Amino acid sequence: MTESIAFYAIFFAAIFTNNILLTNYLGMCSFLAVSREVSTSVGLGSAVIFVMTTTSMLNWLAYEYILLPLGLVYLRYIVFIVIIAAFVQLVEMIIERISDKLYASLGIFLPLITVNCAILGVSLFMIIRDYSFVNSLFYGLGSGIGWTVAIIAMAGIRQKMKRSRVPRGLAGAGITLIIAGMMALAFMGFSGMIKIT
Amino acid sequence: MPAFKLKKVFADDLGANNPIFAQVLGICSTLAVTNVLKNTVVMCVGLIFVTALSNMTVSLLRKYMPSRVRMMVETLIIASYVIIVDIVLKAFLPDISRQLGPYVGLIITNCIIMGRAEAFALSNPPGLSFMDGIASGIGYSYVLLAIAVVRELMGSGSLWGYPVLGDWWTNWSIMVMAPGAFFMLAIFIWVVKGIINKEEEEST
Repeated sequence: MTESIAFYAIFFAAIFTNNILLTNYLGMCSFLAVSREVSTSVGLGSAVIFVMTTTSMLNWLAYEYILLPLGLVYLRYIVFIVIIAAFVQLVEMIIERISDKLYASLGIFLPLITVNCAILGVSLFMIIRDYSFVNSLFYGLGSGIGWTVAIIAMAGIRQKMKRSRVPRGLAGAGITLIIAGMMALAFMGFSGMIKIT
Repeated sequence: MPAFKLKKVFADDLGANNPIFAQVLGICSTLAVTNVLKNTVVMCVGLIFVTALSNMTVSLLRKYMPSRVRMMVETLIIASYVIIVDIVLKAFLPDISRQLGPYVGLIITNCIIMGRAEAFALSNPPGLSFMDGIASGIGYSYVLLAIAVVRELMGSGSLWGYPVLGDWWTNWSIMVMAPGAFFMLAIFIWVVKGIINKEEEEST
């Protein structure tokens, strides 16, 4: 357990220097598919922040108190994915009951999230890096915010880009990847600030 | 298994319907390992294994799965095969397993595997589904291998860990980092789409 890394360092590193999308390529599928409008990106982003934070906590608890004592560490992929899927399902049902408005804005994104690699990726990274509970919580929160920042920025650029002339072969996915590459370059500028491994 | 169907499966998955060019699916987990050729090969073999076998299993079970829990069952099948890959890697290739880190586990959420199970395995017999899994796995792999070759060559001046380019070459360190992968994939898609567009124009 590395208590020496302060949780706020992990938090900021997860947003800027180790952005889960731009340095670890996680969550690219929904990133490419949904980043056309700023408003939908905000919706998906907030759903991701919420689910990522809570599932990283749940998965940490499950790993530390169920899998480790029983020696079932090799089952972690199955356990994590089931927890994530069950949790997303549960949240969807609760939101549907409580508020129609929230369901309309957030609910449609929830099924997408189960297959978002970033959610599972955060849980796997925190296990590999031996984070404590608090660190995992902030790592999940920070990664969620980092992902949201990236997708909103991308949606803004893509909205502006509708008027520009893109070479035919590049239109769609190609140009989006190039912009993602440029954003990754820009985010590399942060990398001197905080170092975590 | 009718031969023409098999041929069509391969032609589709390797060519025009290639998951990477057609939908840009499933690049998440695997793009990350393309900075070194060796890791990419290991990852691709694992991916082909998982896609083929999970496709076959889903197809075998397709008549018994209630459609409401279908997605969950598919995910669990995929996760089981990924665990096998993970354990085998840990046992026989511990170094590479450490370098790949969480990305082996992330094969589970690779959209391609799920996509093939949904789109193909649910409506086709096991044998054909197995071959479709292999074909789409290969279609996916050759793109990544091409990217890995370029990235390792330019980024570290070597191939498969052996120095190739010699002293005169200055390493483009950007190529082994994240932006390099984005740019390479974009260029690759550009070239392939350009060829496809040109063929369409000529045929019309």
